[in-house]
Amino acid sequence: MTTHTLSVLVENKPGVLARIAGLFSRRGFNIDSLAVGPTEHGDISRMTIVVNVDESPLEQVTKQLNKLVEVIKIVDLDQSASISKELLLVKVRADAETRGQVLDAAQIFKAKVVDVAVDALTIQVTGNADKLTDFLKVMETFGIRELVQSGVVAIGRGSRSITERSLRPVAVPAPPPAAG
Amino acid sequence: MSEQDASGQVTGAQSLIKSLEAAGVEDIFGIPGGAILPAYDPLYDSTIRHILVRHEQAAGHAAQGYAAASGKVGVCMATSGPGATNLVTPLADAHMDSVPMVAITGQVGASMIGTDAFQEADIRGITMPITKHNFLVTDPAEIPQRVAEAFHIASTGRPGPVLVDVAKSALQSMTTFRWPTELHLPGYRPVTRPHGKQIREAAKLILEARKPVLYVGGGVIRAGASRELAALAEFTGMPVVTTLMARGAFPDSHPQHLGMPGMHGTVAAVAGLQKSDLIISLGARFDDRVTGNLDSFAPGAKIIHADIDPAEIGKNRAVDVPIVGDCREVLADLLAALRAEAEQGNQGDYEGWVAFLAGVKRKYPLGYEAAADGLAPQYVLERLGAIAGPESIYCAGVGQHQMWATHFVKYENPNTWINSGGLGTMGFSVPAAMGAKVAMPDHTVWSIDGDGCFQMTNQELVTCAINNIPIKVAIINNESLGMVRQWQTLFYNSRYSNTDLHSKRIPDFVKLADAMGCVGLACESPTEVDATIEKAMEINDAPVVIDFRVNRDAMVWPMVAAGTSNDDIKYARDLAPDFDDVEL
Repeated sequence: MTTHTLSVLVENKPGVLARIAGLFSRRGFNIDSLAVGPTEHGDISRMTIVVNVDESPLEQVTKQLNKLVEVIKIVDLDQSASISKELLLVKVRADAETRGQVLDAAQIFKAKVVDVAVDALTIQVTGNADKLTDFLKVMETFGIRELVQSGVVAIGRGSRSITERSLRPVAVPAPPPAAG
Repeated sequence: MSEQDASGQVTGAQSLIKSLEAAGVEDIFGIPGGAILPAYDPLYDSTIRHILVRHEQAAGHAAQGYAAASGKVGVCMATSGPGATNLVTPLADAHMDSVPMVAITGQVGASMIGTDAFQEADIRGITMPITKHNFLVTDPAEIPQRVAEAFHIASTGRPGPVLVDVAKSALQSMTTFRWPTELHLPGYRPVTRPHGKQIREAAKLILEARKPVLYVGGGVIRAGASRELAALAEFTGMPVVTTLMARGAFPDSHPQHLGMPGMHGTVAAVAGLQKSDLIISLGARFDDRVTGNLDSFAPGAKIIHADIDPAEIGKNRAVDVPIVGDCREVLADLLAALRAEAEQGNQGDYEGWVAFLAGVKRKYPLGYEAAADGLAPQYVLERLGAIAGPESIYCAGVGQHQMWATHFVKYENPNTWINSGGLGTMGFSVPAAMGAKVAMPDHTVWSIDGDGCFQMTNQELVTCAINNIPIKVAIINNESLGMVRQWQTLFYNSRYSNTDLHSKRIPDFVKLADAMGCVGLACESPTEVDATIEKAMEINDAPVVIDFRVNRDAMVWPMVAAGTSNDDIKYARDLAPDFDDVEL
């Protein structure tokens, strides 16, 4: 089993997320992470779906996704040729005694303090999954009160765009009106 | 219908009916109710014939039968909530068997959606996994566009059901009607034209093979590719098997035809796949009912898999040459490629293989033991096929009678065998036959049904009688859920738990037919069979029901038990075919 990051361009219409989530569950595929958001085109949304599957089920899930009328394009992002990030917000126990150590550790990870309380700090950190795991390991020593994590978002390196070419609208003649 | 007013405004309901007319709809099967009620008012004045059925499930199966018999898109209509949920089974059935169909449902008013309003059900959410696509329309201006898209999606690529759920508020609001000239579906681009390189690769494998077989599925029927199939088969001499969904795609009388493969396939068709060195799959999907245990299926065969749906290719069985395309174009291109090769002197040599299969076919023909007393169901179907002939359309339910009907009625033409293959929906037959008869009024349409199936949907005979849809029904009455009973005999020590329907006693099918405005006939002896069928054939002003009271212990053979290998096919109980006797 290997981890794949799928970028899925979909029409921005109600129910698309339910359709895709339903397809994964019905065909028995697990989603590791899912992020949805707008793109540079107002009527197109982009989903980044991380799945952990073998090669042949991956081909099947890609083909099944492609059959959905509202799915426009699917790209399996090559990890070496793309950048992927996730965002973590974590509330760490920090009193007068430990606050300095927490701030030092956060600095090493280029993390940012976004909220301060008497006995806790809320820290924001972005990066890939490995970095976030390492960061949490360090924070655990101080005590984690709460954490929330986004899904992965990913984009290919270089100047090429996956949206450019695929989004030219294809006009199909409508069924001709019936005779008479 | 009442035309738009001076300002060019129409109601959403008028726009819906105008859209259906513009899409070429001639017949709709449905039942009105609260949410869809506005649409029924302009429908009253429309050129479209609406057939008021007695249950929405039947509206759906009728639309399927209509589509399967004619190749046109079948249309059904229902109200919100229970009307819509009653369409779930036919939609799932059409999805499995790739039937082009559009379902129009009413939905509660847009402001009420999500409030658990009276007769509200999230039918779009419910039908997401069982439709090719579906829409919820709350803006009346969108109605023509969505209807045009629905018909386009249902009828192109791999056909399938599309549901259009229209909010009552959209039907009641004023809007303008404009039939679209273009559709913008950026994510929907079915490939119909096969790739030339794949065709050449396939032709190469066909020439190299010594034991090839054409594995023909329902896609060949939907593509209307029977003529192209016959041309390729005859040019190459390759043997042909037709799956349950493809019966009629290739004539049963043709010497190259081995019959139907699979769990209840002929020995020759099962051997034809199992012992082949090349399977050319055309619009088929390596269903578990065909392959049996997948790991031991056709172990020596390379696979050419042609299908219009790329997701079917390689789904169950690894493929050597994938071809995405419409079966008609694939077959035409393959024939052209093989003709070109033949001109260079390259032709396949299948002589030994053809002779071997001819031997298997001779040694293990389809057959049955005449019942010692009473009536053999197989005999009834054999005679029905012979008397009604290959121009008639036959619609089956699901179970033993379906398997006997697929084997013992002989099919010569596509779209004359209509059944529920993938989903296996009991009760499919009567409403599907009604739909087929509406689409093809000049053809005799037989519903071949079991006594169990018949009791699920027979109310539609009322619809048939009132609307002058004179179908003919042959009930193969073995007073049991026969296929389940057969499995109980074979695998559950003949413990017949809840399969005895007592239907030779209750109901009285002749009286029931009479009560529903049909002619009821009964037959329980082999000597009466021909006369009874002939009598039914003579009645064309009312539906006819024949209660064939058959021997209840008859079983469907051959059989590959579920989950076992095709190598373990049984010709009859405890009787395995001996292929070593037949020279290869």
